[in-house]
Amino acid sequence: MVDTIRVYPSKPAKVYFYGTCLVDMFYPDAGIAGVELLEREGIEVLFPQNQTCCGQPAYTSGYHDQARSVAKAQLDLFPGDWPIVVPSGSCGGMMRKHYPALFKDTTDEVKAAGIAGRVWELTDFLLNVCHIKLDDLGEPTTVAMHTSCSARREMGVAEVGPKLLGQLKNVNLVEQIRPEECCGFGGTFAVRHPEISGAMVSEKVDTLVEAGTKEFVTTDCGCLMNIAGYAEKNQKPLEGQHILSFLWARTQDKGGQQS
Amino acid sequence: MSETAEHTDHHIDVKQFHPRAQAAIQNPKIRKNFRSAMDGLMSKRKAAFEGWDLETLRDLGANIRMRALANLPDLLEQLEKKLTENGVKVHWAVDGDEACRIVRDICKARDAKTVIKGKSMVSEEMELNHYLQEQDIEALESDLGEYIVQLADETPSHIIMPAIHKNTGEISQLLHDKTGTDLSNDVEYLTASARLQLREKFMNADVGVSGVNFAVAETGTLCLVENEGNGRMTTTVPPCHIAVTGIEKVVPTMEDLTGLLALLTRSATGQHITTYFNMISGPRKAEELDGPEEVHLVLVDNGRSSIYQDDELLDTLRCIRCGACMNHCPVYTRVGGHAYGTTYPGPIGKILMPHLIGLDEGRHLPTASSLCGACGEVCPVKIPIPDLLVRLRQESVDGDKLHPAKVRGHGAKRSTMEAMIWKGWAWMHASPGFYRFGTGAASKLRALQPASAGAWTDYRTAPKLAAKTLHQRMKERGQ
Repeated sequence: MVDTIRVYPSKPAKVYFYGTCLVDMFYPDAGIAGVELLEREGIEVLFPQNQTCCGQPAYTSGYHDQARSVAKAQLDLFPGDWPIVVPSGSCGGMMRKHYPALFKDTTDEVKAAGIAGRVWELTDFLLNVCHIKLDDLGEPTTVAMHTSCSARREMGVAEVGPKLLGQLKNVNLVEQIRPEECCGFGGTFAVRHPEISGAMVSEKVDTLVEAGTKEFVTTDCGCLMNIAGYAEKNQKPLEGQHILSFLWARTQDKGGQQS
Repeated sequence: MSETAEHTDHHIDVKQFHPRAQAAIQNPKIRKNFRSAMDGLMSKRKAAFEGWDLETLRDLGANIRMRALANLPDLLEQLEKKLTENGVKVHWAVDGDEACRIVRDICKARDAKTVIKGKSMVSEEMELNHYLQEQDIEALESDLGEYIVQLADETPSHIIMPAIHKNTGEISQLLHDKTGTDLSNDVEYLTASARLQLREKFMNADVGVSGVNFAVAETGTLCLVENEGNGRMTTTVPPCHIAVTGIEKVVPTMEDLTGLLALLTRSATGQHITTYFNMISGPRKAEELDGPEEVHLVLVDNGRSSIYQDDELLDTLRCIRCGACMNHCPVYTRVGGHAYGTTYPGPIGKILMPHLIGLDEGRHLPTASSLCGACGEVCPVKIPIPDLLVRLRQESVDGDKLHPAKVRGHGAKRSTMEAMIWKGWAWMHASPGFYRFGTGAASKLRALQPASAGAWTDYRTAPKLAAKTLHQRMKERGQ
């Protein structure tokens, strides 16, 4: 699933920012944090206003015609030859790994493949293309990292989050047991099989709490709303945020909360 | 099983997946037994591949299996020819019922009354034990896990470790109740006791029935991987040996075994090699002192040739039955093997069983996955299990009559309402103006957002709509 060899581009002057629908509606702060981090690296951020959703919910539910019509509406958003960065391993994986298959034997096959090759998960892009150096301005804290399954297995960026967090001198990164195990989100899986998803997320929350942290960060908003939502509903002492929000909040001059 | 199934007593309603899954999740003993067993198996596998270039080895395994499948019809003919030359009688069965009848006829011809069995998942597929019982032929499982499951009148909950759902205390109680063994937590004692019971059966059995891990076409060799020696006993002590296997188990050459065997034992139990590896090449020869007088191979199709017709679904047949996908599956770990109600549980079951029982019967199987990809990541022959799950989801909701039905029960899960919802969803997300208007309006009206959102909020709070969408905030920034 993961590319055997990944060839990173040199740092570009501009990138296309593909925000994803969950960030758009529920976690725009995470999107803005990503934009701010890119701009601080001297990159101009292009945000196509006509972007909607990558099509994944329909794709994984088996409605491929519907997924294709939504995905097709995204194909013309990136006319320049700039990289496309996505603050999600899941949506990134959809575009990078599944667009070529979704558009195979259609007139958009070449266009889709061209876009797939330019898609990067944003933290991976910050670390390995921008070679970002983070200067921690925050108070000492302890945090755990949950890398989404698609960030880990489709985009192959499991080592990126811990490396970025490792640059923050006041952040104590603790590891939960079975870090590679799914949190139970899985899109429509969470509502089609709520009892199984519930059992998975309850154990994920327990392992995070047992790791000795009150806070976790993650690559994906699906995992975030699942894990943090379970902790909130069940009054577990655990809060979460997108890793981009965390990185930006700790490294901007104000040293406090992000704008 | 086909509609003309001759025996259906052990038939479980696969469609009742949800109640069974829920019951398993609420059963702390089941949860603990599976969690600790799967944790152990995962760490053993990891340790066994330490120092190996696992990705290269998996590529090799995948390529061996793909090459074998690409030449499957020719290889099967070659296998039959070689086996026949070696003195093995080869039989072909289109489904489980026919395979059962073939075994019965062989037994009847020998006037056989007792059958001792080595572990075979294909025989589970056939429901052979039950069938033989109806024919007044006693079939006794000799693999310790299968023996326990048989005593308990259950089905295997794992393809490699059939009794993994039971802990030592439960097994001790079962052996005590059924065989009079003293209650004990000493595994050695319990094993020795079962061994004693089985030894006598081996000596007196008329027929031995086993599975096959690999059938080598170039030499006509049947390979059996096992740890307990019961496989060797089953295939050598009784005067007649019947091997049953799926048609996909054939490999071209002896050389192909090395890569597959290295992957199989490490992936399955974390062993570098199993205690026994049997290579069966025919019945006892005139100058030999032991071994069976007759050896039969029953090659079972049971839906496999229809999987073979599709270039994508074909990958399902690469499987070498190591069980690593279930050991690493977060769903299997929570619900255990019996919740699925199918011969093969876990990820491989979810992609294989719909072909055997149809997508109508197996409607919950392809969706019971978060698509986390752990199964595909560990599969020693690189079956793209998550992709195949998505493909089967597509097959089960597809309503287009123009699409040829590749899987039995095509379109069985399609509901007009759900299809309409996805159409509406697609229309909104393919219309950027309406999308921005809709999401913007939702943000403005977020105070009205209901706290409850169906099954989602049974376990979690609902995510909260932001005051402004990212689109709006980027627009305000002039981007």
